[in-house]
Amino acid sequence: MTIDMSQFFQVFFDEAEELLAEMERLLLAVDVAAPDAEDLNAIFRSAHSIKGGAATFGLSDMTEVTHILESLLDTIRKGELALTIQHVDAFLSSKDILKMQLDGHRHGATVDQDTVADVRMLLQSLLQDSLSNAVVPVPSVSTATSQENAAGAVHCFRIELPQVAQRDVDALATELGLLGQISTAPLDGKRFVLTLTTTESVSDIVAICSFVLDPDELKITEQAIPAGSATGDINGEEQGYGFFQPLEQIRNNAKTDEERGYGFFAPFVPNGGGQTAVGAEAARPAADQTRHAPPIEATEVNINEKKTPVRRESDKAGAAESSSIRVSIEKVDQLINLVGELVITQAMIEQRSDGLDPMLHERLLSSVSQLTRNTRDLQEAVMSIRMMPMDYVFSRFPRMVRDLAGKLGKKVDFITHGAATELDKGLIERIVDPLTHLVRNSIDHGIEMPAARAAAGKSESGRLFLSAGHQGGNIVIEVSDDGGGLNRERILAKALQQGLPASDAMSDSEVWQLIFAPGFSTAEAVTDVSGRGVGMDVVKRNITAMGGTVDIRSAKGFGTTMSISLPLTLAILDGMSVKVGDEIYILPLGFVTESLQPAPDDIKQISGQGCVVKVRGDYLPLIPLYQMFDITPRFTDPSAGIIVILEADGKKAGLFVDDLVGQQQVVVKNLESNYRKVAGISGATILGDGGVSLILDVSALLRSSQQLGLESAFT
Amino acid sequence: MAKTVLAVDDSSSLRQMVAFSLKAAGYHVIEAVDGQDGLEKARNQTVDLVLTDQNMPRMDGLSLIKLLRGMANYQKVPILMLTTESGDEMKAQGRAAGANGWLVKPFDPQRLIEVVKKVIG
Repeated sequence: MTIDMSQFFQVFFDEAEELLAEMERLLLAVDVAAPDAEDLNAIFRSAHSIKGGAATFGLSDMTEVTHILESLLDTIRKGELALTIQHVDAFLSSKDILKMQLDGHRHGATVDQDTVADVRMLLQSLLQDSLSNAVVPVPSVSTATSQENAAGAVHCFRIELPQVAQRDVDALATELGLLGQISTAPLDGKRFVLTLTTTESVSDIVAICSFVLDPDELKITEQAIPAGSATGDINGEEQGYGFFQPLEQIRNNAKTDEERGYGFFAPFVPNGGGQTAVGAEAARPAADQTRHAPPIEATEVNINEKKTPVRRESDKAGAAESSSIRVSIEKVDQLINLVGELVITQAMIEQRSDGLDPMLHERLLSSVSQLTRNTRDLQEAVMSIRMMPMDYVFSRFPRMVRDLAGKLGKKVDFITHGAATELDKGLIERIVDPLTHLVRNSIDHGIEMPAARAAAGKSESGRLFLSAGHQGGNIVIEVSDDGGGLNRERILAKALQQGLPASDAMSDSEVWQLIFAPGFSTAEAVTDVSGRGVGMDVVKRNITAMGGTVDIRSAKGFGTTMSISLPLTLAILDGMSVKVGDEIYILPLGFVTESLQPAPDDIKQISGQGCVVKVRGDYLPLIPLYQMFDITPRFTDPSAGIIVILEADGKKAGLFVDDLVGQQQVVVKNLESNYRKVAGISGATILGDGGVSLILDVSALLRSSQQLGLESAFT
Repeated sequence: MAKTVLAVDDSSSLRQMVAFSLKAAGYHVIEAVDGQDGLEKARNQTVDLVLTDQNMPRMDGLSLIKLLRGMANYQKVPILMLTTESGDEMKAQGRAAGANGWLVKPFDPQRLIEVVKKVIG
């Protein structure tokens, strides 16, 4: 029978990933001066478990690293070596390369062998140091009692027996065999010599022999241990297993007393440890039994067949194993997709039943409204499957903060809040990079050097908060530091120098938005960490692509807060449907600030720049949707239609449409994967009446509206 | 009737591998995630063989073996240690605690089945 091991690989990968994360968490929390013994044990156990699994699944590179790691951890765990910060650093680096190796096996990611070699060398050298510096326990002087000896060194004894009956020799061999590995050899025709490899002491051997013969007649000498022999391994040593007693004995013991009652031989053979109570009489049948093992085999089978209905309980216990299951994301997505379809079908039914007479169709209509409720509950329940706690992201940061702060010579206290807040899996994976960037910025540019902080009357350690929480239908994630804050003058000067539209009259929040411009960086020195001018614009773009927004609050000398607001999920969207000609478009509600019907006087034509609309004193660019998509509208005069005011990326514009249709939840269908990417469109949805409607990409629309204006200026 | 093996290991991949292999070989397998869990599961039912890891949270393998040996119905049940350490010290400790044998990790499923067959048929 062959068993396919590959089916357990995935389990091992998941497990190893969890163990590595746990190891890192413990390492970051460990108090180097006074490490908690239980924590050290847990760290050791993680390395140990990974090693065991890696070895079992043939991942030798990981086995090798964990082996050295484990050895080093073991000496520390046992108190033979004091934990130092170098150790923690080395352990963290090993975690990194193990993760890299794991990803290599799992996803075929590239493994940087140089780094692996470096870390292995580092671990090796630490291990060497530990071996030379270790506090070697003083070996106890030869008067070790059997108790102390039990778990200790292995001895090989040569036991010369006086002239005794063959059966006594056999009985003794069996009894002494309980202590270790025994062999019998004739000495001079009448006498025998036993060779016993054991951890027990001479006195134990004498005690056992004294049941059969006079101890004074015994001659026991200690020998060198034969090469390759280990304690008590009856067989199988080369195969990687061994038994401490003759197999037959274990097997016979394995039968329950009840089964034994049916058997042919029922000598009571106590298990190891109770030697002193065993006399020669008891030992003899045990030896006999060994010789008669095969017949027992035969009866055992019959007996077992008769006894069937016993095993109910254990089945139940096995079933109650775990309260969660691992399901592939594809299955969940398929489920979500199907629920999406169901929501659409339900909306169709609802819409079609709208025109029915409520008196005539009362029962149908009440069923439909029940269907609506059930569908909504189902949808919520299914969506929640994809939700993951923010801890998935937050847990990466303690390590990063520690490393960065160390590199920059800063002191940072890292505090997280709301790690249990849940967010859609798709979003949570995409938020990692922008968040990493913001955290990096906060440490690099935000938090000052300890001396500067002390001079400013602050504590030497800067504080970095990472928090997540719900606000309406959004999740708000904030990165907040108590550092120097953004420097308004410097940002303005830099912006002007780079030719960005900036002026002293701008409000603070407008000034802060300037740092999101491509290529913008005010850092005086380009550090290893950040400030190379790529970044904030990318952060902004990523978040906008997720349907989110970034806000900055900052006060000079008090710190900066970057606030990211994201929709809870990407699969369902609160939309505003608008009509142009015969087409219906969906605007994500988050971008809509208001809608209005302007007076003809509020519309101004700017030569070559299109139109603007005056809203409470402000002039906003006007985007006629019919022009964007080249369709025939009902109205070409903005004052006859409706202007929807949109806001994205700090820019505002008025979208000119024919009419507002209503507000509804829509299931987002990806246009890219079903068709291709279309500029200005972020997706599509199926409406209640079965028609397809496009969801507008508001940010892109606002950007292209400016291009449109420019183009018309040139033509 | 299938014999029951209690497999105690904190590593779920190892445990699942053991369970799957032994089930494929016709045994009934009860899984336990650490020594404590193993002890509780052993208490509630009869098993024909115990396979236990040594290094586990809450309760390690040696403690489990000692406690099992203290229970009337577990004095003679074969117990094998599954361990990455095949050193003499570990074996001596295992023997002192009352184990009947050991099987060094890593092992492949065939080896495991072969050993289990040797012990409980």
